Amino acid sequence: MTTVTDPGPTLEATSKKKLRSRVGGIVVTVFLLLIALISLIPFIAILIGTFQDGNAVIRNGMSFNIDWLALSFRNYVMLFTDSGLYFSWFANSMILTVVYVACTLLVSSFVAYGLAMYDFKGKTAAFIAVLLILTVPFEMLMLPLYNQVNKMDMDNTFTIVILPFLASAVTIFFFRQYLLGIPKDIIEAGRIDGVSEFGIFFRLIVPIAKPAYAAMAILNGMTCWNNFLWPLLVLRDANKFTLPIGLNTLLTPYGNNYELLIIGSFFSLIPILILFIAFQRFFVEGMTAGAVKG
Amino acid sequence: MVTKTAPVTRPPRRGWKSLLYNQKAAPYLFILPFILTLGVFWIAPLVQSFIMSTQEILYGDATFVATKNYEKMFRDRVFWQALFNSLRYMVCTLLILVPFPLLFAVLINSKIGSPRIKAFFKSAMFIPALTTVVVAGIVFRLMFSETETAMFNQIVEFLGFGPVKWLKGDMTGLLALLTVAAWRWAGVNTMYFLAGLQAIPSDYYEAASIDGAGPVRRFLHITLPNIKPTMVYVITISVYGGLAMFVESFILHAGNDSPMNYGLTIVGYLYRKGIEENDMGFASAVGVVLLVLVMVINLIQLTATGTFKKEDKR
Repeated sequence: MTTVTDPGPTLEATSKKKLRSRVGGIVVTVFLLLIALISLIPFIAILIGTFQDGNAVIRNGMSFNIDWLALSFRNYVMLFTDSGLYFSWFANSMILTVVYVACTLLVSSFVAYGLAMYDFKGKTAAFIAVLLILTVPFEMLMLPLYNQVNKMDMDNTFTIVILPFLASAVTIFFFRQYLLGIPKDIIEAGRIDGVSEFGIFFRLIVPIAKPAYAAMAILNGMTCWNNFLWPLLVLRDANKFTLPIGLNTLLTPYGNNYELLIIGSFFSLIPILILFIAFQRFFVEGMTAGAVKG
Repeated sequence: MVTKTAPVTRPPRRGWKSLLYNQKAAPYLFILPFILTLGVFWIAPLVQSFIMSTQEILYGDATFVATKNYEKMFRDRVFWQALFNSLRYMVCTLLILVPFPLLFAVLINSKIGSPRIKAFFKSAMFIPALTTVVVAGIVFRLMFSETETAMFNQIVEFLGFGPVKWLKGDMTGLLALLTVAAWRWAGVNTMYFLAGLQAIPSDYYEAASIDGAGPVRRFLHITLPNIKPTMVYVITISVYGGLAMFVESFILHAGNDSPMNYGLTIVGYLYRKGIEENDMGFASAVGVVLLVLVMVINLIQLTATGTFKKEDKR
């Protein structure tokens, strides 16, 4: 047999392959760009809607045909001069979100720390309890809670809007996972220095776990800002409404304030968009936190 | 594991402050607030739900009626319709929100294509998840208006069909709901899959390439098995989200009433019975069914994907 030397890919073959991956690259780029642009259409539609006559938008729907000459800043003037309770709703949502995030982060990181750093009786039971929360639909628990709240005259209070959600399973999992990665030597060192167990947590652990707090602040902030069903049940007075509840009341067939419905919806997106642009990494981390390796 | 070194001795403290230094008590103190909220807001209502489901509750007076609520519910045609709607919606969201995000993630993770456009894609697809259901519902309700001038009817017209009364039909209403779900969650699921893909060591692929495996076989034999945990998680949350869907329909239809109950979900049914008709006992029975459903489907899915076996090994 004659020895065959491997000729390697011919020049022609390499350039063919290169061309193919170039074409593939263009196809992929165009495809992704197209999908991304389609995904932005609703935002553009509502942005344009803020400059249009609200009644017309409600009557005709959001359209690709835009009467550019009819656009005006009237709705913006209305929003800042005559929007009724809109900014109260905005403030309510903000206050609730900030308070809720602070409380739930404390409760969740506490329990995660207890589970991750200590060995104690009932540890497994506590962990199973966390798993249990994950699978029970809140919609089911809402009925007895609603009954109880009414009996105790706690309806219409901000406290009851956030209390049922303080124990967040995903948040606990995430913190536990993060804290398991912190060496226990730190705790021992703290103990030798005479720091109390809670001092160790607040002064040594919390600063290390800041990125976890940032991600979880975003996840829980989103949950609270978007929460609908429970606040809809327990909040009665219009001046106590949160943004989603308030906007929903504008969506009646007999509404006379459709301008506010549209521009108000648009404005409710702005704080979150600003935060997203500033902290994109934490947003992605926080909102995909559930997939932490178990 | 917690290190079993000798407990560090510290100067003794007196009074309540000593509690803060007690290594035995500390873990219980750390989990106490959680146990309290768990007991009051989860366990108590859970038990209460089961009890209420066996009662008839009229003006706050409860009488034990055993399984009457359940019998009434299983005879109610609207219950089956709501259940069917929820299951149908769930299956459809799975069919959309698993394969497409996986495709997007594979494309983003591939070497070809412009990195800048990919970064733009990730942001643009992620932003919809930041909108509240209420705002998303309002915008899509207006895009799905039945007038000729609304966006989706303009598309339909462009394709040569007449205007459609989207939200008044069964399948078209479902399509509108699915559009909202796809719009809001495709980006998040893409990020999940992308994280899963990026965790696969690249030498797996190199080894497969050397063995002569083409892109399709590499996908089937390396990518798919390795992103199974991500897949399981995404499916689990989608099952839950699909079954418990309510607000999307509530906003799209501007209330809990949709024509012929086309948009009624199991949670919508629970809401109607419990809150709108104030039949708390009956609604609790619906809640129990929802719980059982979520549990059963998750169990089937976790068993089928072998998640339990993995747990045993650890």
